[in-house]
Amino acid sequence: MQLSKRKLLEMYKKMVTIREFEQSLSEAVAGGTLPGFVHLGIGQEAVHVGVAYALRPTDWVSSTHRDHGMLIARGADIKRMRAEIFGKVTGYCKGKGGSMHLAVYDKGAPGCNGILGPSQTINNGIALALKKRGQGDIAVVLFGDGAAHRGEFHEALNLASCWKLPALAICVNNQYAISVCVDDACAIEDIAARSTGYGIPGLVVDGNDVMAVYEAITETAKSIREGKGPALLELKTRRFKGHFEGDPQSYKTPEEVAEEMQNDPIPTFAKQLLEREITTEKVLKTIVDDVKKELQAAIEFAEQSDYPPLEEIYTDLFYEERRAV
Amino acid sequence: MREITYAEAIREALRHEMTLDDNVFVFGEDVGAFGGCFGVTAGLYDKFGPERVMDTPISEAAIMGAALGAALMGLRPVPEIMFVDFTTVCFDYLTNQAPKVRYMCGGQVAKLPLVVRTTTGGWIRAAGQHSQSLEGWFTQVPGLKVVMPATPHDAKGLLTASLRDNNPVLYIEHKVLYQMPGPVPTEEYLIPLGQAEVKKEGADVTLISYSLMLNKTLKAAEQLAGEGINAEVVDLRTLSPLDHDTLARSVQKTHKAVVIQEAVEMGGVAAQVVKSLVDSSFDYLDAPIKTVAAGNTVIPFSPPLEDAMLPSVEKIIAAVKAIVS
Repeated sequence: MQLSKRKLLEMYKKMVTIREFEQSLSEAVAGGTLPGFVHLGIGQEAVHVGVAYALRPTDWVSSTHRDHGMLIARGADIKRMRAEIFGKVTGYCKGKGGSMHLAVYDKGAPGCNGILGPSQTINNGIALALKKRGQGDIAVVLFGDGAAHRGEFHEALNLASCWKLPALAICVNNQYAISVCVDDACAIEDIAARSTGYGIPGLVVDGNDVMAVYEAITETAKSIREGKGPALLELKTRRFKGHFEGDPQSYKTPEEVAEEMQNDPIPTFAKQLLEREITTEKVLKTIVDDVKKELQAAIEFAEQSDYPPLEEIYTDLFYEERRAV
Repeated sequence: MREITYAEAIREALRHEMTLDDNVFVFGEDVGAFGGCFGVTAGLYDKFGPERVMDTPISEAAIMGAALGAALMGLRPVPEIMFVDFTTVCFDYLTNQAPKVRYMCGGQVAKLPLVVRTTTGGWIRAAGQHSQSLEGWFTQVPGLKVVMPATPHDAKGLLTASLRDNNPVLYIEHKVLYQMPGPVPTEEYLIPLGQAEVKKEGADVTLISYSLMLNKTLKAAEQLAGEGINAEVVDLRTLSPLDHDTLARSVQKTHKAVVIQEAVEMGGVAAQVVKSLVDSSFDYLDAPIKTVAAGNTVIPFSPPLEDAMLPSVEKIIAAVKAIVS
């Protein structure tokens, strides 16, 4: 582990923050207080944190409807995240996007997209702009195994390869597209193998091991920064919750659910930290306590925030002024 | 004043803006050295090089996604979609994505300068998948401006204004108009988006149209003048936002209106214009408002059938005579 102790503990804290944040949303759904629906990323925290910590702050990372965690890992304020998810004016999008369209642009995070596929092609435009800037920054996009079957996956990778863009495509394969198992929707074992068709590197990584994710992204990003063109990584993981919160997951057997919970990325990382004597049980416990306090403050912030005023219905559609010459 | 064609006027606006601003770049299928399927981008590749005039694979979703991503990053992309009929395979970007970015992120992204150029219309003997007039669909999208010039003069001024705009603009060119000459100033000028223009003054009836239909409407007005009917002709120029005031002013003067569009009658721009006039000018009307549009069917290949199905000068004259004695 080449990261400093401080960084490693920060990563652990982010993973716990994501878990607790998502868990609190699950409780809000159960309590009937959350408007609409949410897709929780519980079980996929190693993906979010491993990716975020392998990137520069000036890189860009787009993500999916299951990636509140990506934004949190990237440094978003959980107060404003929570407020957005509850439709409050203090939310990142003034309550106009909600869970599925959370975006935090000042963290280089266009965030979630309600439609599967477009974030992959949009990422090429971001990559093109970064290439023109010439600072060695890269554009990363996360998408699920389901979105790997959209035409846009193929169109985007082909164009990125033709234009040698600084783009990294990350397929977060959690095995299920809503209820359809990847075995029934994908003709090959590894989605990463499709990289061959676009003449780019492809790699399969254990998405539940945060350090494995961190290392794979760091190494791949290095090659992309050097101008060697795009790459496709597949992070194999599991979601512990249903597609949407409240989904009873009738398409999984109880044995399967029990088995996937065995491989929880957070205790796995804690074990690694303890085995390598980077920290102590006591410190890890303190981190969890701190996160719970911060989360409580975020919950209160969102509760106390106002809904947007009705005038907001018609604002933000257009930028009024023309470009000056 | 010197005369140039509609295609040359468009190219002149593009060349001018590309010279002024390095962020403006053109890309799409065959727009590079080939100069575009209709020759509009001819010469731009030689002048600005492969970094700013880029050919793409036949991947409309990838083209539109790259454009959106580049616009997010502050570039000013001008993607070309060869036929408006092909927007069906990248419809998401023109409806769900680009027009919603600003709103759904609560204004975090202030500017989204993106001008999508495409071509419309029949009479090229290409049948139902290369000849449609689909602009009505796009006027239903809040956050998207829709522009359809009818003359070389307006083509240049409206494109210059579109390229200076900081919002997504769909700029639709009529294939039949490309070789039509007309007076165009050599110097820069802008025609503000959202302003219709009275192309011919008259007192007996207001004829409202846009794009190629303006030519047919002006021809009809000329013939009607020979029969003692003095028609006023209004060119919408921009379909969204719609210039309600100019329409109302004209119809409150003439007390009668005929609205002419090339698109099929159901659910289109003409219907919206009628709605606008009912709202603004019902008490001024001396006759029902008439519309002239394509029949509600697929555009047939066989030339006599296509000609009979699309609007004609004769149909416009007949509609006028039905309400003006």
